[in-house]
Amino acid sequence: MPVTPFIVLSALLFSIGAVGVLVRRNAIVIFMCVELMLNASNLALVTFARVNGNLDGQIAAFFVMVVAAAEVVVGLAIIMTIFRTRRSASVDDASLLKY
Amino acid sequence: MTLHALAAGPVVDPTSASGVFSLLWLVIALPAAGALVLLLGGKRTDRWGHWLGVGTVAVSFVISLVLFFSLLGRDESDRSIGQHLWTWFSAGDYKVGLDLLYDPLSALFLMLITGVGGLIHVYSVGYMEHDPRRRRFFGYLNLFVAAMLTLVLGGDYVVVFLGWEGVGLASYLLIGFWQYKDSAAFAAKKAFVVNRVGDIGMALGVGLLFATFGTTSFAGVSKLAPQASGATLTAIGFLLLLAACGKSAQFPLHTWLLDAMEGPTPVSALIHAATMVTAGVYLITRSNFIFELAPHARTGVAVIGCITLLLGAIIGCAKDDIKKTLAGSTMSQIGYMILASGLGVAGYAFAIFHLLTHGFFKANMFLGAGSVMHGMEDDVDMRHYGALRKAMPVTFLTFAMGYLAIIGFPGFSGFWSKDKIIETAFENNTIVGLCALIGAGITGFYMTRLMLMTWFTDKRWRENVHPHESPAVMTGPLVVLAALSVLGGLLLLGDWIVDWLSPVVGEHPEGHLAIPGIVLSLIVLVVVAVGIATAWFFVGRNEVPDVAPQRVSPVTRAARAELYGDAFYDAVLVRPGERGAGHMVTFDHSVVDGAAEGLGRSFNGLSGGLRLLQNGYVRSYALSLLGGAALVVAALLVVNI
Repeated sequence: MPVTPFIVLSALLFSIGAVGVLVRRNAIVIFMCVELMLNASNLALVTFARVNGNLDGQIAAFFVMVVAAAEVVVGLAIIMTIFRTRRSASVDDASLLKY
Repeated sequence: MTLHALAAGPVVDPTSASGVFSLLWLVIALPAAGALVLLLGGKRTDRWGHWLGVGTVAVSFVISLVLFFSLLGRDESDRSIGQHLWTWFSAGDYKVGLDLLYDPLSALFLMLITGVGGLIHVYSVGYMEHDPRRRRFFGYLNLFVAAMLTLVLGGDYVVVFLGWEGVGLASYLLIGFWQYKDSAAFAAKKAFVVNRVGDIGMALGVGLLFATFGTTSFAGVSKLAPQASGATLTAIGFLLLLAACGKSAQFPLHTWLLDAMEGPTPVSALIHAATMVTAGVYLITRSNFIFELAPHARTGVAVIGCITLLLGAIIGCAKDDIKKTLAGSTMSQIGYMILASGLGVAGYAFAIFHLLTHGFFKANMFLGAGSVMHGMEDDVDMRHYGALRKAMPVTFLTFAMGYLAIIGFPGFSGFWSKDKIIETAFENNTIVGLCALIGAGITGFYMTRLMLMTWFTDKRWRENVHPHESPAVMTGPLVVLAALSVLGGLLLLGDWIVDWLSPVVGEHPEGHLAIPGIVLSLIVLVVVAVGIATAWFFVGRNEVPDVAPQRVSPVTRAARAELYGDAFYDAVLVRPGERGAGHMVTFDHSVVDGAAEGLGRSFNGLSGGLRLLQNGYVRSYALSLLGGAALVVAALLVVNI
């Protein structure tokens, strides 16, 4: 099985996600980009698990999914609350915690 | 000149105390215990504290008397008794024991300190009656007496030093007793600081003794002294002289004594006239085994004595403050004693003799001055006195006895003691003798001036001042001291005091005087009479101006300014010292504080800059996270490859 296409895809997805996190303002979109990065890493993990012929990577991928799910629950709740109070989901508006 | 050409002083060789002499330690312990109880007991002892203070000193006096008569009963060669209490500290071979030495010299001092001290304690009961801190006053007085007794009983220079510092402390506490007055607090500080200068001499002297002889006990030093080099002994002599100058207010460390009159008058009488200020004379007389071998140091002692006796007398002439006049007189009289002790074996006994008679008549006059102040609402300006003899007959009569004693009226105690010093001075050196003679004349002048301004001339009392005689508790001691001022000369009967002290200071040599002694006495009397007549001419004849005249001769102006002693120290030491301290403050503020605060400020600025990184934008944090992660990965790659 060729590994390179999977890893390239994974890296591609991760880069798209990372750039998205850095350049987008909408909190929901940033969230989706974070999910993209997590899934890119999942893809890398399962690819390497397949290459190595054991289940370590698969298990790690499961953990990442669980963490991602939990994170989504908490993160969306926070975004909802911010939106309710400030009528905006832009992360640049939520920049009060500074010097 | 070899060392053997010089006569070594007698060796101190005490026998162990037994029998009644084992009570010796009690003489010190009683006042010390009194001070402890009074100072730690607090308000509980307020009601009876003063009587406890009187009692301890009185019992000490009784013991001193008993000891004195027991010593009198012993053989002349066996009159040196040592009591070893405990070993104070030791290092290697060097041991300092808390040793007491009781010999004819300390016996006389014991009776003077506890006797005159006891009388002054009694007097203070009346004098300090209305002072809310009277108990504390008696605590300090007892502390002083204990320290002074330690000074004169110590058998080791280090023990003497303990007493030496103790009396300095007590003097400081008592000068500044009315500490709410700025002038008193300042005077106390000044006395303490000036005394420290003398104490440096004492400390270095004792250190040099130890370095030279390996021991500091009188017994050890007196045995080994002839083996030391002349230069070392001269150095020790001069250091001890410096110590004596500090404590005894001798030139050039005399400036503190006049200010010390800020203390309560009984303190002036006890500490700054009768006892503590004579400690220098005691130290020199006690160290006779060193001074005998150090003729240069002895010359220094005599010169200092000469200078001070004239200096004090001149200052005494110009002061309008009755206590300061007496203080100038005290300086002058102690100058006589120092001069006498500088004359060597011929003079020691007379120095001690004058010390005793001076203790009587000067304490008498100081207490008399206190009695006058008591009746004059604490006014000390003699220009506000006048014609007090009728208002206070007892004080006047007792004061007159002291006056006659100090000017050396024939028959009174001062006549015998001062005459002997002048005589010995002339035997030694004509210039020194002339100084002493002129001093006697000036004494006649300033004491007569004081007498006239206080007791005679016209009333110049302020309004609402009603002079009255003091209570019996104050006049009683005056009467006793007046009697002693009259009769003190009896000590010289049959040269008793000279023989008595000869085991300590050596056999008195025969003097060679160019003229018969009686002629010299007559000359002294004439000089004193001239002084008295001059005083009458200037003060008694005319009305005493209410304010000190300002258009006076430069000599008077100089004497009023205490011969510029303070001005000199101000210009040479105090003001440069203040300037130096000012520079140090500037240095502290600019350099030290600058370094510390600059460091703080630079960190503050740095953190102010770093703070700006926290801009609150999530994306910038994310970028730094990503950058950090990329860096870590890159580092890992670099390491692995």
